[in-house]
Amino acid sequence: MTSATDTTAHVDGEHHDDHHHIPKGLTRWLFTTNHKDIGTLYLWFAFIMFLVGGAMAMVIRAELFQPGLQIVEPNFFNQMTTVHGLIMVFGAVMPAFTGLANWLVPMMIGAPDMALPRMNNWSFWILPFAFLILLSSLFMEGGGPAFGWTFYAPLSTTYSGDSTALFVFSVHIMGISSIMGAINVIVTIFNMRAPGMTYMKMPLFVWTWLITAFLLIAVMPVLAAAVTMVLTDKFFGTSFFDAAGGGDPVLFQHIFWFFGHPEVYIMILPAFGIISQIVPTFSRKKLFGYASMVYATASIALLSFVVWAHHMFTTGMPVAAEMFFMIATMLISVPTGVKVFNWVATMWRGSLSFEIPMMFAIAFIVLFTIGGLSGLMLAITPVDFQYHDTYFVVAHFHYVLVTGAVFSIMAAVYYWLPKWTGKMFDITLAKWHFWCSLISVNVLFFPMHFVGLAGMPRRIPDYALQFADFNKWISVGGFAFGLSQLIFLALLIKACRHQGESVSDQVWDGAEGLEWEIPSPAPYHTFDTPPVVK
Amino acid sequence: MKCRNLLSFLACSTFAFTSTAAESVSGAESQGRSDLNLRPGVTDISNQVYDLHMLMFLICVIIAVLVFGVMFYSMVVHRKSKNAKPANFHENIKVEIAWTVVPFLILIGMAVPAANTLIDMEDASKPDMTVLITGSQWKWHYKYMDNDVEYFSVLATQQEQIKNRLQKGENYLLEVDRPLVIPTGQKVRFLITSDDVIHSWWVPDFAVKKDANPGFINEAWARVNEPGIYRGQCAELCGKDHGFMPVVVIAKEPAEYQAWIEEQEAIAQRAKEEEQRLLAMNMSMDQLMTQGKKTYDTVCAACHMPNGEGLPGVFPAIKGSPIATGDVDAHIDILINGVTGTSMASFAKQLTMSEIAAVITYQRNAWGNNTGDMVQAKDINAAMNGKE
Repeated sequence: MTSATDTTAHVDGEHHDDHHHIPKGLTRWLFTTNHKDIGTLYLWFAFIMFLVGGAMAMVIRAELFQPGLQIVEPNFFNQMTTVHGLIMVFGAVMPAFTGLANWLVPMMIGAPDMALPRMNNWSFWILPFAFLILLSSLFMEGGGPAFGWTFYAPLSTTYSGDSTALFVFSVHIMGISSIMGAINVIVTIFNMRAPGMTYMKMPLFVWTWLITAFLLIAVMPVLAAAVTMVLTDKFFGTSFFDAAGGGDPVLFQHIFWFFGHPEVYIMILPAFGIISQIVPTFSRKKLFGYASMVYATASIALLSFVVWAHHMFTTGMPVAAEMFFMIATMLISVPTGVKVFNWVATMWRGSLSFEIPMMFAIAFIVLFTIGGLSGLMLAITPVDFQYHDTYFVVAHFHYVLVTGAVFSIMAAVYYWLPKWTGKMFDITLAKWHFWCSLISVNVLFFPMHFVGLAGMPRRIPDYALQFADFNKWISVGGFAFGLSQLIFLALLIKACRHQGESVSDQVWDGAEGLEWEIPSPAPYHTFDTPPVVK
Repeated sequence: MKCRNLLSFLACSTFAFTSTAAESVSGAESQGRSDLNLRPGVTDISNQVYDLHMLMFLICVIIAVLVFGVMFYSMVVHRKSKNAKPANFHENIKVEIAWTVVPFLILIGMAVPAANTLIDMEDASKPDMTVLITGSQWKWHYKYMDNDVEYFSVLATQQEQIKNRLQKGENYLLEVDRPLVIPTGQKVRFLITSDDVIHSWWVPDFAVKKDANPGFINEAWARVNEPGIYRGQCAELCGKDHGFMPVVVIAKEPAEYQAWIEEQEAIAQRAKEEEQRLLAMNMSMDQLMTQGKKTYDTVCAACHMPNGEGLPGVFPAIKGSPIATGDVDAHIDILINGVTGTSMASFAKQLTMSEIAAVITYQRNAWGNNTGDMVQAKDINAAMNGKE
């Protein structure tokens, strides 16, 4: 798609030494303004949070292994489901994508760094504090937030514990971090593209992140408003969500989901970008329908603002509103379908090979599509009355978020890791990681469709006996999926110690784009002089 | 009907790849209850919903088979290891328009029947009878608007079963002390609201799931075709015991229902008279403590715990608390009026005066709160209705 004619990064000379000095020790990471260091920090932070949130999922699955209360009390169980959700959304998936954006956007558009490097440092370093506050609330008297990651009022206001204040504060910090990250991406893409890198030549990962960044700026303030109203309702006597004072608890849900639905696309659009980079490489063929991919991404983003109330069909909306949100939601499947068709058409009559990133990408296409199709079923209002708040919904959003977003992040890490470290990762471990994850994730989430349809509500610590068989299998799948991620941890530690065979600059023989034209490992500073893109 | 069987067959043959699945189906309790799939239910609406579900499922399966089929074909045939040479195409306007327009047409085909069912579901006008359903942490209250009958419905499963000290019964967690009873063949309108947080009243066999929002009233309705016992659960996270507030509805033939509702009215009348009789009586300390412990364990222990120690930071302790060891009138006031801005609700509606008197006596004398205070039903009456 693009090619660089002049990559001065190739000729890093001794005379550049003062520029290319890499600081050592802790201060390197604390004070860094380098997009690659910050990208690494984000990715490791996301992975640690993935393990922490995963440990909470293990507690949930251990309790649900058998009917009856065995391991935890219902109140703690609710804290686990709540904090698991918050950590996975705000601590694992979103920071991982921001980390990838930090590493890749400048390298893909031929920029030396992000446009606002100090803000970049700040937007990362406030994140660990946000999650420290959130996690520390679990140790307060009465425990942490127990009202679900969606924190519906009045359960989160009148009826919640004092730790709600910590929850609100930590969500504020996460929001500030996300907004700063988004501003940085937009400013970088608008101002720092190499000469000749027009918008319609940008790699799709850059495009999808640009659109994601606009979504973030649009909706994170809405989340901030929602948590602030929860705070004042709880502690300062306002009645935004309290009918006794003239408010409305359903108003909370409208505000939350006006944030929440675009948030879903914030977590999947960059994944679309990643898959659109990987599939052409291993098909040795240009991406099919580049322009329609860009337009489809933009239409998904726009539509995402007018579908929020499909999360609220049972709240008692007027029929006309239910119709509108049903049809708007169904429409989203058109551009999403276009994306899937384009990926398949890219593979069609290509010259396919199945390296690890491609295996994850193919798993993504199949499993994300399953999640997308169950999403289409959920859009149908009359049937949604049966699906809503059951394990069918849990199955749906874990298919799009785990086998969707998380698999795409893993695909991305495998795809670009050799470029970052200069060494090929341990392929044997990677294959183990892929197959163990693929099998266990389906044992974990597929039966959830069945228990949901059979009538098991979500967020319950104990269940009726007819759900027992499937729940046992779901838990077994859950433990296996959790353990499989330790293989990934081992592989990443080996990679960070620079073990393995050295790789060429291009790494993968079908890879195209500016990031594959700089040396492997990518030097600390790249594109000091911008390349020219033809 | 033929269509449904075909679709069910397809669903089952797609699903039934595990032996667990096959076993579960054969063990299903009543006809129409599946452990794999949505149940068709017992109303015309629920049957329509089931058909829509199967139609959607079928369309999704067809789309998936087509898309993945093409992809897997490509993965097998167009491999580099088979010396496949990559083609050069990367766009085709006609194809791209086609796969935008065709899904759009499929969507219209889905939306039309869905919209028709939705309009039927939301039309709660001209009901034959109405029940007001009020959720509160963690029980349902049913009030028959056309009769003088109202009562609470709470989980009947014993704590010993939940704590794994006793064998779990067949309807574990799906059984209540007093189910809602409705007639078959009549349009029953449900008015749904809440006293505290948001709950959601759900009976899968009726395809009715409606949120109970505090301060607002939602409507739903069902016309049940077959007599039977139908079980559901609260579907919206409502706090600690969200998993322990089931919904049970018994549908009876209209004549049986009529007999039942008349009996209930008579029982309610007798209970009122009994209440008056008890007001004139003084109970002994032993009687109060025995009755009080029973009431406490079924009503109060969910939050304040059987040992009276509460959940620190969430639900306050009663053992040694200034309220349970201090002024009696303040203690009575909390039970009959609740505490605004907290989970502590008023129990004036749920408990009789003698039960309130007994439970207060119990709280003031159990777990070392040895105040020696005795509270009688007439004290509660005085607090609620003013002094005689």
